[in-house]
Formats: sequence, structure tokens, C-alpha cells
Amino acid sequence: MLKTLTTDFELDLEADVLVIGGGPAGTWAAWSAASSGARVILVDKGYCGTTGCAAASGNGVWYVPPDPEARETAKASRESLGGFLSDRNWMDRVLNQTYTNVNQLAEWGYPFPTDDEGKPYRRSLQGPEYMRLMRRQIQRAGVKILDNSPALELLVDDDGAVAGATGVNRQTGTKWIVRSQSTIIATGGCAFLSKALGCNVLTGDGYLMAAEAGAEMSGMEFSNAYGISPAFSSVTKTLFYNWATFTYEDGTIIPGASSHRRSVIAQTLLQQPVYAIIDKAAESMRASMRLAQPNFFLPFDRAGIDPFTQRFPVTLRLEGTVRGTGGIRIVDESCASSVRGLYAAGDAATRELICGGFTGGGSHNAAWAISSGYWSGKSAAEYTRSLGEHKTQRQVKGVGEVGLQSGSARTLATNEIIQAVQAEVFPYEKNYFRTEQGLTESLGRLNHLWQELRNSQVTSEKELPRVREAAAMVATARWMYSSAIERKETRGMHKHLDYPELDANQQHHLISGGLDHVWVKSQPLNSKEKSESKIGALV
Amino acid sequence: MIELVSESRCIKCNICVNICPTNVFDRVPDAPPTIARQSDCQTCYMCELYCPVDALYVAPESDMQTSVNEAELAEVGLLGSYRENIGWGHKRTSTAKADQTFQILKQMK
Ligand SMILES: Cc1cc2nc3c(=O)[nH]c(=O)nc-3n(C[C@H](O)[C@H](O)[C@H](O)COP(=O)(O)OP(=O)(O)OC[C@H]3O[C@@H](n4cnc5c(N)ncnc54)[C@H](O)[C@@H]3O)c2cc1C
Ligand code: SF4
Ligand code: SF4
Repeated sequence: MLKTLTTDFELDLEADVLVIGGGPAGTWAAWSAASSGARVILVDKGYCGTTGCAAASGNGVWYVPPDPEARETAKASRESLGGFLSDRNWMDRVLNQTYTNVNQLAEWGYPFPTDDEGKPYRRSLQGPEYMRLMRRQIQRAGVKILDNSPALELLVDDDGAVAGATGVNRQTGTKWIVRSQSTIIATGGCAFLSKALGCNVLTGDGYLMAAEAGAEMSGMEFSNAYGISPAFSSVTKTLFYNWATFTYEDGTIIPGASSHRRSVIAQTLLQQPVYAIIDKAAESMRASMRLAQPNFFLPFDRAGIDPFTQRFPVTLRLEGTVRGTGGIRIVDESCASSVRGLYAAGDAATRELICGGFTGGGSHNAAWAISSGYWSGKSAAEYTRSLGEHKTQRQVKGVGEVGLQSGSARTLATNEIIQAVQAEVFPYEKNYFRTEQGLTESLGRLNHLWQELRNSQVTSEKELPRVREAAAMVATARWMYSSAIERKETRGMHKHLDYPELDANQQHHLISGGLDHVWVKSQPLNSKEKSESKIGALV
Repeated sequence: MIELVSESRCIKCNICVNICPTNVFDRVPDAPPTIARQSDCQTCYMCELYCPVDALYVAPESDMQTSVNEAELAEVGLLGSYRENIGWGHKRTSTAKADQTFQILKQMK
């Protein structure tokens, strides 16, 4: 049954560039590849335009006009937070490209507001509007979109170069294959089905597929982003909690708790519920807040809570690598991975290059998706052109393993595996506050889960997308914790209780990879401008 | 989680089936779509935005089911309220133009 997946395709297509994932990174990639003259196919698990975390939310963008002083401030602002792992050259590139592309959005008709001096204000994009526009633009550029069509595995040619992907339409069951000269992974990060806003399509599928083709990860220890949300709701938006007071159930203030000091909130949540009230926002601010992020207020309005005058329980939901910074390692300015023909963009790619080890939430993430998307599309199109004529007629094979190949007839209990991996990555005491012992124990259980996945078989093809998600989550968690064990210090978002200090000798990246045998190695920073300071902020 | 497909409002266009990121709905010939995989709903509210006739209601609770009453929701104006807030729909203009993030960031420390 399983091998039929690579032989029996009802939809058999060819492209110069295949883009997997249709969020901001994927749509920018598709647009720039198509604008460079490539024939582009974009596939998405969901519906390009509504799926992914940008569509569902609001996006502050790292949009900084080319004024040297403003740019300098922008670059300096989070270097220490990121533990001095970012690269100023990449920051400059991203600032330049984002500025150009966001201006392009204005030309395409995105309805940017004007500020109180009457100047256009372009630092914020409302998700539904932004992604609806991106879908329209890539269609205009001639990109063919396959919605509801998760990719399940990559194709590789005899030389090991990536040559497309296969997948399935989850509504019709139609199997598809796209043979392409180059492939871009833009599948977002991994939030482990935590129900953080827009994140349940983000299960690390792209990491798994890339690793099966031989790609490497970087920065996976910086994968523990948690967003504040009302306890009952999915809306993890932290900006407005800047004006919140956090209290215990009896209304007394929790010392030190703030949107910036989330660790205090996490600590408290381990013992008892935490409440918030956004009472520090002045009346005029409240109106602005509603106009800035209408979806922040949706759960409150529907639950009958006035967040400015009434206390409500909050929680921290895992956003993993969606707002963490790790992902597929980028080897050069083209956004190439370490495997030929394979590029990565957005949350699927490591964002350490501009954020170091700390989330780029609120601005850098959106900018990274735009610029890495744009570059990967352009480079993939160029790469395809460089292949010339002999590019056709390649022998290709699928390289997906778990769920697609199988050694025994044991049936997979997919839901149990998903719950088991969540039990290792959700709890604050395991993932937020890390210890050598905790990480080692978790990793033992995760390795066991991987073995279980490896040794069993899906009972019906309908289950395949979910099984692949489960496998991707387990693989992601193993790279995360294996890297976290190697980083014996506290840096960026990686908070190691046994090593609470930043160690100047560990100012390097951690590269990881492998499936049955996970490995981790350190890699020196490329940056010529290494930071003088060795003191990192603990957040 | 998604809690309501209004039988009386739905025009059976199946847009929600097509656009739901987590494939929660199933199409049904000559009938409104069904909520086939409710526990997969990620409470992203996108279906509400794309439903042309405000026939859907997504309750704010993301981890548990709740019961809703269509008449009450309509009465208090919650059916289609998000679409109205962001200015989507017939004869409305996107409120993205009124985004006041600049006011907020000005006051950030
Ligand atoms: C609530 C929230 C608020 C945020 N606010 C901000 C902000 O203000 N500023 C900021 O800079 N960043 C913000 N972020 C982060 C930002 O949204 C992301 O960094 C950005 O959207 C990443 O874009 P992307 O295209 O890489 O991924 P996504 O937008 O997540 O898109 C990934 C796409 O890949 C698809 N996909 C996944 N697996 C497969 C598969 N197997 N086959 C095919 N397709 C697949 C998904 O369906 C999805 O469409 C926020 C995130 C969240 C969750
Ligand atoms: S989008 Fe609205 S009208 Fe169309 S099928 Fe869904 S519920 Fe019915
Ligand atoms: S809220 Fe989102 S996930 Fe839930 S049914 Fe609607 S579109 Fe689907």
C-alpha cells in the first residue's frame, strides 16, 4: 500500500520551482520566482490566504526607512537579547529588502494607514488583508496554487539533489506529484498543535522533509517561545499585555510579572492561576488598540469580558519555533540549505541570522519571512535556469521514511504519540526552565517515540498527513532538546537552570540533524563584527 | 472552536470547506457543510471572515466545546461581528486603513 504513494499519482505536474507552504514566506518566494520568469507551483496544507500564523493574526513589521541612525538603532535593539548570535550583514540585507517589499505591498493596494502627521505608516499588516492580497498577487504572476494539499515527502535525484515533492489532497484523497528543478520549504515553524493562534497547521513538516533529504538545522535550542493568551482562548498576542497588571487569584500583584518577564508568569503558573487586567492603558489608547488589533478583542467580546476593567485568567501557550528562532540551516545569501536544489524561507529557516537566540516577535519575524521568501524564490529560479537543458528526464525517488516506509505491521496510535510529544514540550518546567536531568529524561522518551513511529505502519492512507505531522513533531522535539543539552549556558531564550550564566566561550551556533541518530555540533559565527560585550540579558 | 453553521443563513457555497486551514468541515450535497472534525478547529476565526452571509460562529473557547444559541448570537450582534470589525463584506471598506498601531508604539517604553 505504501509504495503506491510514489507510483500512482492522479495529479502529475512539472515546475521550475516548487514552493511548499503558502504563508508570507511562501507567497513572497512564489512571487519572486514567477517574476524572474520561472514556472511556479505552490502547494499548501491549508488554503493559501487563510492558513499559517500571519493570516490569522496581526503582523508588526521590521520596516525601517533607510536613515542610518534609525537603522543603527534597529540593529542594536535586540543584539543582547539574542545573545549576540545575530549577524549585522544579514540585518542590513533584511532591512533593505523588507523596506522595498513592503513599499511594493502599498503599490499593490494594501490599505496602509497614515499616522498623525499624515505620513503613510507601514510597520503593521493586518493578517487577513495581507494574505488575501498575497494570494491575489501570486495568481496574477501566474503561480499555480494547490490548496488543501499537504506535501508528504521530497523527491531526490540520483545525485542527491532535491527534485520536487509528493503529497495528497486531504479533501479528495487525490495524490499529487510535482517534479521541479528546485524546491523551497516555507512550511513555517512548529508549535506542536498547541492551538496558539493560526499555528495548528505548523507541525514542523518542512524540517522533517528537509532532514530526510539530508538538510541540517540550526538554533533548535531556541525553540521555546510561549505567548500570553487568555486561558480559554487561542489568541496569543503579547503586545497589549505591556499595559497589563498581573495578579494572583485574590487580586494581589505578582511581583516582577510583566509581558517582558514572562518567566515570572510561567513560574507562578506552575503553582496557581495567573490573572491579568489591561488597566494601564489610558482611555484614548483603548480605542487605538481596538483599531490596531481587532482580533485581540474578539475572544473577550465573545466571552463577555472587558479586559480593561475586568480580570481574566491567562496562560502561556507554546509557539515553539514559530516565534522561536531555530530552523533549517541557511548556507549562503541565496537562502540555500545544505542540500542542492533545496531552499528554505520564513519560520522554516533559521532566523538566528537576524534575531540570534531570541524571538523576533513583533517585527523581525514578518520581515524575515518577506525577505528570505523573496531571496529564496529568486535564487531558486536562477538555479533552475543554470541547470539548462539536461534538467529534464531525471530519475527521482521519494525519500520520506516514517509513515511512508515501514518495517512491521504494528498499527500506529498517532493521537497517543502526539499527546506524548506534547507532554514533553508543553510543560514550563521542561521546556521553559530547562535542566540537564529534565532534558535527558525527555529526550529518552522522545527517542522511544521515534522508534515506535519507525516500527509501525499506518492503517489507512487517509491517516498519512497526521502521521507525518506526528513524526515531524517528534523529530523537531529531538533536535530541540539535543541542542538544548549541548548548550550548557543560558543565552537568548534558552534558559538552563543548571547553567544560569551566559558563557563567552559558547558564542556559536549549534547545528543539528539526523533522524534515527540525532547529532549536534557547534559552528563559529560568521560575523566579522563580533560583539565586544559578553553579557546577555536574561529574559 | 467552531460551534455553528446556521441552516437558515447558509447559502451552501462551501467556501468555508475550502478555506478552513485545518479542514474542519465536510461538504454535503444540497445542504450546508457539516462540522466534521470539530476538535481540529484552531479557533482562528478565518471561516467567519470568508463566509459571505455570516452563517458561522466560532466560540472563543479553544480547548472545549460550548453550546450556543443562534437566535441569541444574532440578537447581540455576534454573528458576523469580526467581519464587521475588520470591514470585510458587501459595501464595507477594510479597516486596515484605520490601524492605529503607530499610536500604540509611540507609547511603548
Ligand atoms: C499570534 C501570532 C502573532 C504574530 N505576530 C507577529 C508580529 O506582530 N510581528 C512579527 O514579525 N511576527 C509575528 N508573528 C510571527 C509571524 O507571523 C511568522 O514569523 C510568519 O508568519 C512566518 O511566515 P511563514 O510564511 O514562514 O510561515 P506561516 O505563515 O506559518 O506559513 C506556513 C505555511 O506552510 C503551510 N504548511 C505547513 N506544512 C505544510 C505541508 N506539509 N505541506 C504544504 N504546506 C504546509 C501552512 O499551511 C502555512 O500556510 C506572529 C505569530 C503568531 C502566532
Ligand atoms: S461559507 Fe457560509 S454560506 Fe458558504 S457554505 Fe460555509 S457556512 Fe454556508
Ligand atoms: S475557526 Fe479556523 S480552524 Fe476553526 S473552523 Fe473556522 S477556519 Fe477552521
